[in-house]
Amino acid sequence: MTAETAIRVRGLRKSYRDVHVLRGVDLDAPRGSVFALLGSNGAGKTTAVRILSTLLTADTGTATVHGFDVSAQAAEVREVISLTGQFAAVDEILSGRENLVLVARLRHLKNAGGIADELLARFALADAGRRRVSTYSGGMRRRLDIAMSLIGKPPVVFLDEPTTGLDPEGRMEVWRTVKELARGGTTVLLTTQYLEEAEHLADRIAILHEGRIIANGTLAELKQLMPAATVEYVEKQPGLEEIFLAIIGTAGGGREAARDGAAASDWKGRR
Amino acid sequence: MTIRAFGDTAVLTGRSLRHIVRSPDTIITTAVMPIAFLLLFVYVFGGAIDTGAGSYVNYLLPGILLITVASGIAYTAYRLFLDLKGGIVDRFQSMPIARSSVLWAHVLTSLVANAVSLIVVVGVALLMGFRTGAGVSSWLAVTGILTAFTLALTWIAVVAGLSAKSVDGASAFSYPLIFLPFISSAFVPTETMPGPVRWFAENQPVTSIVNTIRGLFAEQPVGDDIWTAVGWCVGILVVAYGCSAMIYRNRVS
Ligand SMILES: Nc1ncnc2c1ncn2[C@@H]1O[C@H](COP(=O)(O)OP(=O)(O)OP(=O)(O)O)[C@@H](O)[C@H]1O
Ligand SMILES: [Mg+2]
Repeated sequence: MTAETAIRVRGLRKSYRDVHVLRGVDLDAPRGSVFALLGSNGAGKTTAVRILSTLLTADTGTATVHGFDVSAQAAEVREVISLTGQFAAVDEILSGRENLVLVARLRHLKNAGGIADELLARFALADAGRRRVSTYSGGMRRRLDIAMSLIGKPPVVFLDEPTTGLDPEGRMEVWRTVKELARGGTTVLLTTQYLEEAEHLADRIAILHEGRIIANGTLAELKQLMPAATVEYVEKQPGLEEIFLAIIGTAGGGREAARDGAAASDWKGRR
Repeated sequence: MTIRAFGDTAVLTGRSLRHIVRSPDTIITTAVMPIAFLLLFVYVFGGAIDTGAGSYVNYLLPGILLITVASGIAYTAYRLFLDLKGGIVDRFQSMPIARSSVLWAHVLTSLVANAVSLIVVVGVALLMGFRTGAGVSSWLAVTGILTAFTLALTWIAVVAGLSAKSVDGASAFSYPLIFLPFISSAFVPTETMPGPVRWFAENQPVTSIVNTIRGLFAEQPVGDDIWTAVGWCVGILVVAYGCSAMIYRNRVS
């Protein structure tokens, strides 16, 4: 059971005072899969990722990564994961290359310089490698950030909104990287607000809404959640966005529906 | 495990030392204010201050050195705060490294940066006529006391950096520390102060530390002052270290 499960979460709850962010989250990500956690602003995606990467402790519930409990065996979990947070965590004063060397040294790898050069080339940063990161564009920073997370080839990679703020080209590059990682057997858990992204990349998709996973499965499984009438009416296959709106429409109550509607149209605007 | 902690601390200390090398202005600005005080008090107010025999610059330097450290540690809080805010501490903490190495790196960097600032200030004092016949053992004792004082204040800076909500908040804590030497024996003998002020001046940490350093430089017996000074440094160090460790741990909850 755990042999194939990279990430396993059961009944995870987390509140900040009276804000109940996670209210019983369950999910399973098989090894070597790309798992997308989808949700609107404030749904609790970052909170979930921070708990899984041992930066935050949950109130109740369990989470294991490669069979290690995130609170009881945090040190073991850190050996198998890497985190790319929602906002690029790079050292502005160092150069791109120095950032990579720093992480390689902290991971106790030999030939830190060689690893850095290889990643600079792979992420199209070779020319900027010796420049201070404070001179980088947002996209370059994000690429460096992701490159730093791949050092040491951790088997489980968390990417919190990896493509937010990137131009289409940058987004394609991140997508290629994610697919490459998955091909190499790495488990990737990514969060996103872009339904299109989840549809494009993920083997499994979970929708986080009001602190719970309200839908979870492969894209094909989620498509079956669409009301049959709509499927017959629309000629093309329904996109994830429509599925999402259909589910939200039934799961969310009146007061919340208005807010979700606004959030959903915001996504449409971004696409 | 501990060998690993040393290695991680060394790598992270290398990183923040690089920050200092790339913005040497932090060393300069640290040294500027104490040097200004030195000039002001020696050449402007000094003539009116009666400290008995000996030159006023010799009398003044120990207090100025403490002011140098108090202004230098503000940068430690500032750098730690920026690391926390920028998310790089989160990155380090999600990696398989000794978590304490993140704080120790800032503490060691503070020791190095303050040492450089202190050397600059002592250099200026020498140009202004500061003289000492102190031998090697006295210099070692002065170095030891200044190191202990810097360590103690640096851990206070770590508390400030960990708990600050803004950049300004991260450095504002140092103002009272910079001010403390003014109500001590650093600038004028405490005997000239009115009752309650004198009581405060004679019983706060700066006076014992200043008297000790002054005694060591003047090749005079330091008496009990040195033990009071060491006691204050160790006490502050232990309390501030404990608070830092607690705040740091509670960030993960
Ligand atoms: N330290 C905190 N203290 C109080 N509330 C918090 C804290 N961190 C997060 N929250 C709240 O928890 C909720 C979930 O936040 P979280 O960052 O996990 O959402 P998210 O799904 O990542 O959102 P986004 O898409 O905007 O990144 C929000 O309502 C947020 O205000
Ligand atoms: Mg988020």
